Amino acid sequence: MDEEIRSDQLISKSTDSGFATEEFMVNMGPQHPSTHGVCRLLLTMDGEVVKDCQPHVGYLHRAIEKISENRTYAQIIPLTDRFEYLTSMACNWVFCLGGERISQMEVPERAEYIRVIMVELNRIASHLVWLGTFGLDLGAITPFLYCLRERELIMDLFEMTCGQRLLYNYIRVGGVSRDLPVGFEKKCKEFVGYFMPLVDDYEALLTNNPIFLTRTKNIGILPVNMALNYAVSGPVLRGSGLKWDLRKDDPYGYYHKFDFEIPTGTVGDTWDRYIVRINEMRQSALIVKQAIEGLPEGEFRAKVKPSFKPPAGECYTRIEAARGEMGAYIVSDGTAKPTRLRLRGSSYNHIMVLPEIVKGLKIADLVAIFASFDAIMPEVDR
Amino acid sequence: MELCGIFSWVGDLLREIGLSGTPFLIVSNVMVAAALLGILSLMALFLVWWERKVSAHIQDRLGPMRVGYHGALQTLADGLKLLQKEDITPSGADRGVFFWAPVITFVACFMAYVTIPWGEGLIPADLNIGILYIIAITTFTVISLLMAGWGSNNKWALLGGMRSAAQVISYEVPLTVAILGVIVLAESLSMQKIVTAQDGVLNWFIWRQPLGFVIYIIAATAEVNRTPFDLPEAEQELVAGFNVEYSGMKFAMFFLAEFLNMFTVAAIATTLFLGGWNGPILPSWLWFLGKTLVIVFVLMWFRWTYPRLRVDHLMEFAWKWLLPLAFLNLILTGIGHYLWETLFG
Repeated sequence: MDEEIRSDQLISKSTDSGFATEEFMVNMGPQHPSTHGVCRLLLTMDGEVVKDCQPHVGYLHRAIEKISENRTYAQIIPLTDRFEYLTSMACNWVFCLGGERISQMEVPERAEYIRVIMVELNRIASHLVWLGTFGLDLGAITPFLYCLRERELIMDLFEMTCGQRLLYNYIRVGGVSRDLPVGFEKKCKEFVGYFMPLVDDYEALLTNNPIFLTRTKNIGILPVNMALNYAVSGPVLRGSGLKWDLRKDDPYGYYHKFDFEIPTGTVGDTWDRYIVRINEMRQSALIVKQAIEGLPEGEFRAKVKPSFKPPAGECYTRIEAARGEMGAYIVSDGTAKPTRLRLRGSSYNHIMVLPEIVKGLKIADLVAIFASFDAIMPEVDR
Repeated sequence: MELCGIFSWVGDLLREIGLSGTPFLIVSNVMVAAALLGILSLMALFLVWWERKVSAHIQDRLGPMRVGYHGALQTLADGLKLLQKEDITPSGADRGVFFWAPVITFVACFMAYVTIPWGEGLIPADLNIGILYIIAITTFTVISLLMAGWGSNNKWALLGGMRSAAQVISYEVPLTVAILGVIVLAESLSMQKIVTAQDGVLNWFIWRQPLGFVIYIIAATAEVNRTPFDLPEAEQELVAGFNVEYSGMKFAMFFLAEFLNMFTVAAIATTLFLGGWNGPILPSWLWFLGKTLVIVFVLMWFRWTYPRLRVDHLMEFAWKWLLPLAFLNLILTGIGHYLWETLFG
């Protein structure tokens, strides 16, 4: 109903150009090849030009937070996998970090190293999916296949470690569910050595391609002020030029032990967001390499009772996931189940800032910008 | 092994059984048309399979492998599947326009082959305005795409239809001007005469028309809506563009016509720039097929390497770059040809 009212207001006849034209509304999504899941954008179009864009969310709501109120901490971890399924390791971690902070638990050093390895590998895997679909949205089909080919190798590493390829359920409160399998370190090192030159290959296909440059350079500029007003985080914020990375600015885990750069963009256009993620893949591979080389011996999990009961209290933990700040707010009343769990994903902010920068651009630019934001729907609706 | 022998043998056979005059013409023309239809259908099936194989190997995968040797029968199986599909007409569609759009595409792309020389003596009709006829007949594609976009009663399809109309008409102009350069050199519009003017590798028009060849290939890629100019059916922007509401056989007609159109522009490129069926030792039709398939391969290569242009860049490129270059090429060709004729002719 409300859309019909809106459409009456918005659709106006214009005769500026000498002949009568009419704006029309079109639903992009929830089923559309480039809305990456079930995002729905209600577009007001003037021919090819986007006049207005209204994002609609809520098509993937699974009530993870509500269900969690009736589950123990160990039972919630598999639910967090589904929170953001392209970086499940990070979802596991942010929730377990909350449990550990409330109960002020020490995590063994080896477990912290394993977590860093897993999350950084997962970041590479997630960025690979992003790079592939970004190319796809610009009409370049081949990079997608190359990216998924390398992602398979990361999936193999995960399968070796925890038996799962997508939803890992690996990180536990106090450590990880099991130790690294025999041969993991060698295979992981091989992967890093194999992967680093391949990033140059992806760049050869896209970075300096004239068609790619005209499609991305100075398109969809997100000024850093607007980014901050919308609480945008992650590679999108760094693409706008602000060096803000929770791994450095609000350290958690053992990130302070590793040496890595935070890539940033300059103007905040689609190309900057692209190059930031490309360079992040290289940095993540470097972190994995350092972590594998410095991996200490010892316990992989702190002693935690099967009926884990944190003391009464509350805490907000946040980590730098592949798409930006991922947070978990846990309220505990001292029982085995949290009273309240709130998960924060960055994709919601990315989608909400979209209408601000796409007005007046072509629909092809909208697709490119949306892809460069790398929004993922399960993270928005939970 | 020249194939034109078969046709003259069949002609003799028909005369022996007493046919002559108009009945003879009708029967022989129908037979030629049927042969052409059969060969082109096979060619379309082959091209679909080949495109899948080429893309697969560019992308480090195998492509269809199950149906037949290396998936050779995959397209046939897909075609059979499409035959069985329900033929859906959207409720708000303009039924007549919706129905005739794929038919027009299909027929137009077959009609273009009337004046394409497949080999020595292998040309269905050597019209004295052959190339002009092809340019005219392939323009029908625009009308059918517009019809499909309009008749579907779908906003995405309409956007796709409008895009394709703007694009194909824009690129038609540099394409035609690029072809004019060849016509100046060959001093004829007849396809057969253009081929015979290029006897011997050094006489191929590509050496005298390199700029024209490049312009032709770029404009032709846009003509047949292939990446980087595949905006009318840009999946990520317009879902599937003009053919989004089509299903079953109607979709298959669009699909096959698209591949045949690619073969058409490659065949024209071969005829105009690469000496057509001219070549040593091997039979002429093999030379023609080989050269054409090389061009087709290049078009496929483009598709699986480049991203897509944006619609306004596309227009800019056609009008601001390709068209002036094409005119420059035509003027230079004209001056050069005139000087050559007066000095050495």
